[in-house]
Amino acid sequence: MTLMSEAAVIQGRTLPRGFAWTTLVASIVASAAIFLALALAQVTPEFNVAGAAVVGAILYLVLVGVISRLVEGRRKSIDRVMAGVITAAFLIALIPLISLVATTAADGINRFDMQFFSSSMRNVVGAGGGGLHAIIGTLLVTGAATIISVPVGIMTAIYLVEYGKGRLAKSITFLIDVMTGIPSIVAGLFAFALFALVFGPGIRFGIGGAVALSLLMIPVVVRSTEEMLKLVPNELREASFALGVPKWLTIVKVVLPTAIAGIITGVMISIARIIGETAPLLIIAGLSTSMNYDLFSERMTTLPVFVYTQYTIQGADAQAYIDRAWTGALVLIIIVLLLNLIARIIARVLAPKGSR
Amino acid sequence: MTARAKARLGDRVFQAAAMGAGLLILVALAAVAIFLIAKAMPALVASPEELKRDGTDFWPYVPPLIFGTVWAAFLALLFALPLAVGIALFISHYAPRKLAQGLGYAIDLLAAIPSVVYGLWGILVLAPAVRPLYEWLVNNVGWFPLFAGPVSGTGRTVLTVAVVLAVMILPIITALCREVFLQTPPLHEEAALALGATRWEVVKMAVLPFGRAGIISATMLGLGRALGETMAVAMVLSPSIIISFALLQSQNPTTIAANIALKFPEATGLGINALIATGLVLFAITFVVNALARVVINRRKEFSGAN
Amino acid sequence: MSKRIEVENLNVFYGKFLAVEGVSLTIEPRTVTAFIGPSGCGKSTLLRTLNRMHEVIPGARVDGRVAIDGKNLYDLDVDPVLVRRQVGMVFQRPNPFPTMSIKENVLAGVKLNNGRISRSDADDLVEKSLKGANLWKEVKDRLDRPGSSLSGGQQQRLCIARAIAVSPDVLLMDEPCSALDPISTLAIEDLIEELKRDYTIVIVTHNMQQASRVSDRTAFFNIAGTGLPGRLIEVDDTATIFERPTEKSTEDYISGRFG
Repeated sequence: MTLMSEAAVIQGRTLPRGFAWTTLVASIVASAAIFLALALAQVTPEFNVAGAAVVGAILYLVLVGVISRLVEGRRKSIDRVMAGVITAAFLIALIPLISLVATTAADGINRFDMQFFSSSMRNVVGAGGGGLHAIIGTLLVTGAATIISVPVGIMTAIYLVEYGKGRLAKSITFLIDVMTGIPSIVAGLFAFALFALVFGPGIRFGIGGAVALSLLMIPVVVRSTEEMLKLVPNELREASFALGVPKWLTIVKVVLPTAIAGIITGVMISIARIIGETAPLLIIAGLSTSMNYDLFSERMTTLPVFVYTQYTIQGADAQAYIDRAWTGALVLIIIVLLLNLIARIIARVLAPKGSR
Repeated sequence: MTARAKARLGDRVFQAAAMGAGLLILVALAAVAIFLIAKAMPALVASPEELKRDGTDFWPYVPPLIFGTVWAAFLALLFALPLAVGIALFISHYAPRKLAQGLGYAIDLLAAIPSVVYGLWGILVLAPAVRPLYEWLVNNVGWFPLFAGPVSGTGRTVLTVAVVLAVMILPIITALCREVFLQTPPLHEEAALALGATRWEVVKMAVLPFGRAGIISATMLGLGRALGETMAVAMVLSPSIIISFALLQSQNPTTIAANIALKFPEATGLGINALIATGLVLFAITFVVNALARVVINRRKEFSGAN
Repeated sequence: MSKRIEVENLNVFYGKFLAVEGVSLTIEPRTVTAFIGPSGCGKSTLLRTLNRMHEVIPGARVDGRVAIDGKNLYDLDVDPVLVRRQVGMVFQRPNPFPTMSIKENVLAGVKLNNGRISRSDADDLVEKSLKGANLWKEVKDRLDRPGSSLSGGQQQRLCIARAIAVSPDVLLMDEPCSALDPISTLAIEDLIEELKRDYTIVIVTHNMQQASRVSDRTAFFNIAGTGLPGRLIEVDDTATIFERPTEKSTEDYISGRFG
């Protein structure tokens, strides 16, 4: 009898719609009041925002859990609490990420001026100076790494998708997985070990950094290109073969143009990945405060290394160095964002025409 | 006939070029292994006296570094994993659809922020901010071994490093988890809904079981990243070569990668070889972690073939 | 332009699996030959051996002889790439190149082979091929639009135009209408009727009405069971096959008793 009546009921007892929000506001107000009281009573030196937020959130979860349990039952109550927990996880994670971006923007803007983009750190102690040498270094080293990685990466992906079968292709796929996991500092050590053997242990130059970065970039390019080539329908290859087009021309003129948007996007994103690398360049490209346009001789500083050294090797006027570090960081983030943005635009523009 | 010869030649050249690129990768990796081992060898075979002269004695020197590397990465994972799964679920199943797309994009961007920026943030913003909390912890729960005093005056402790690392790997793990959660077959979810499940029960019954292998492999990749991370640790930590579980003291176990970055510029002679040898150890550790991730991913591929 | 195809004792393998066994037949110039039979009987496979397209699939190989005007396609000195320029192919699903305009699609065979062609010659070739494919009137004002902007039936005719632009001797069609609606199908069938004035045409079809409407000769293929090779059961004038087939299994298939 009870079973039947339960089955017949579809109108469960539910809490009103605004319940969750009301409870949330109430919890936060209550928690804020408590902390305000503590602050006024001189127990804590000032109003503790973090504490108020944490206690408010816990209060909310407990209230929602208990009330919902009493009114709506166990399952509904767990559902509501878990929704709260998951949202809380999201909000907690947001704090450091927003703080990071906000601080970089706020502190980086101090030295985001013409001088930063037009002068190096040569003979600068204290205020002034800029990161031009590091920007040039970044462009050169990253450019060289791209020139090395893109052809090798794309050709390897072509081999794996269009030609590769059997043991060689399998082992290359495996090694690319291994390469993906190489810590960047190990890539730097490799470049050092390689060039030190040839030029002696004191060797520091830009191209070494480019080699180290290529080691990190190639697997990313191969992976993304491979994915894109696999998306090209086989029918297009067959259509081309059936017109009497040799395989290599089919790949160059049909397969690659069809996949080009995705491939370029992948390349841009891989550039964004390596442009922020610091550790390998610290080891093989070294530090420098002067302009250097020659990849093949002398030390070369890149932006990430610039940020690092501005912080670690502070001169007399520490704040000037820290300001420059933040500006360097801001420029880096802007470059990375731009690369991502360009990648998206290219993907949009070059996407195959007329395909829905 | 000439046209044919030309076509054949083009095909042969192109295929050879593609294969050559693949072989180059084989050679490059072999070179990495060979050069690192060659450069590490002197430190491995040198007598302790020789090594002492250059400031480092290899074998007693490595275990604290390995400990520090694994300890910091483990702590980072402890913070990052639940949060990442939470965010991924929030984006894939709780947030309004329009918001979710923007959030997904934002997470991808955060994954691309250079580690040196995280390092700068860790030392200049996070470390000062957490000092009062650390003092409170040591004063009130100092009896707990992890929070034993004396408290560090700078906030540059292994706990801060772990938080910075967690923030760094958070976007990576989240991005992968989100992708896996979104791939949950709609049929599974609908089946759960049809049984009268609440949203959380759908997540528990359909989404999490389906995504378990994906979560594991995302975790492994995040762990690999945390193990190899250099700059954030090098900038934030006040390092020592010790084994200690204490989270809040000024003496902290450093990591292999950070140690190399800090010591390399001034290293000479056998010191360089010793550092390269530690790099080799790091490579081995990350290799194992990544290989495990790979195994899990491949196993999942086999299973999902049935879907 | 049109040529005779002779198939002798052809076996087709995928790895160790024998897909088609012992096929011999002759296809006369300027005729339409239809291959019919149940799914998996090897008719598409056989079709693809006529321009060595089966080689695209890893592990596929043949023994036997396929001769076009007396020259065996499988002689060692034959370049499959050149074979395919003589024997064009139209596929089941229309597959215009998505990165190319209508015009570029028609010229694809020439352009992709690094061929140089003057502007006026190119325009002439485009017009001639599109007219040959009964598509000129519909697209002449939008030749620079992407090929994939056309309807399915138009796309298929574009693919036919693309195939005949390289002036082949033979046209192979692998179920060219199976992805199209009835009206587009009719347009293609009319086109086949016209094309046979210039080309030898081989068409694979699942649709027996279509075979009886468009073809002069019909070859019936069958398979004894799963895992067994497909065989040619009989080949004859289309009218004969549909009205007085020699073999019992042909009659069963045509009258809809199986398959």
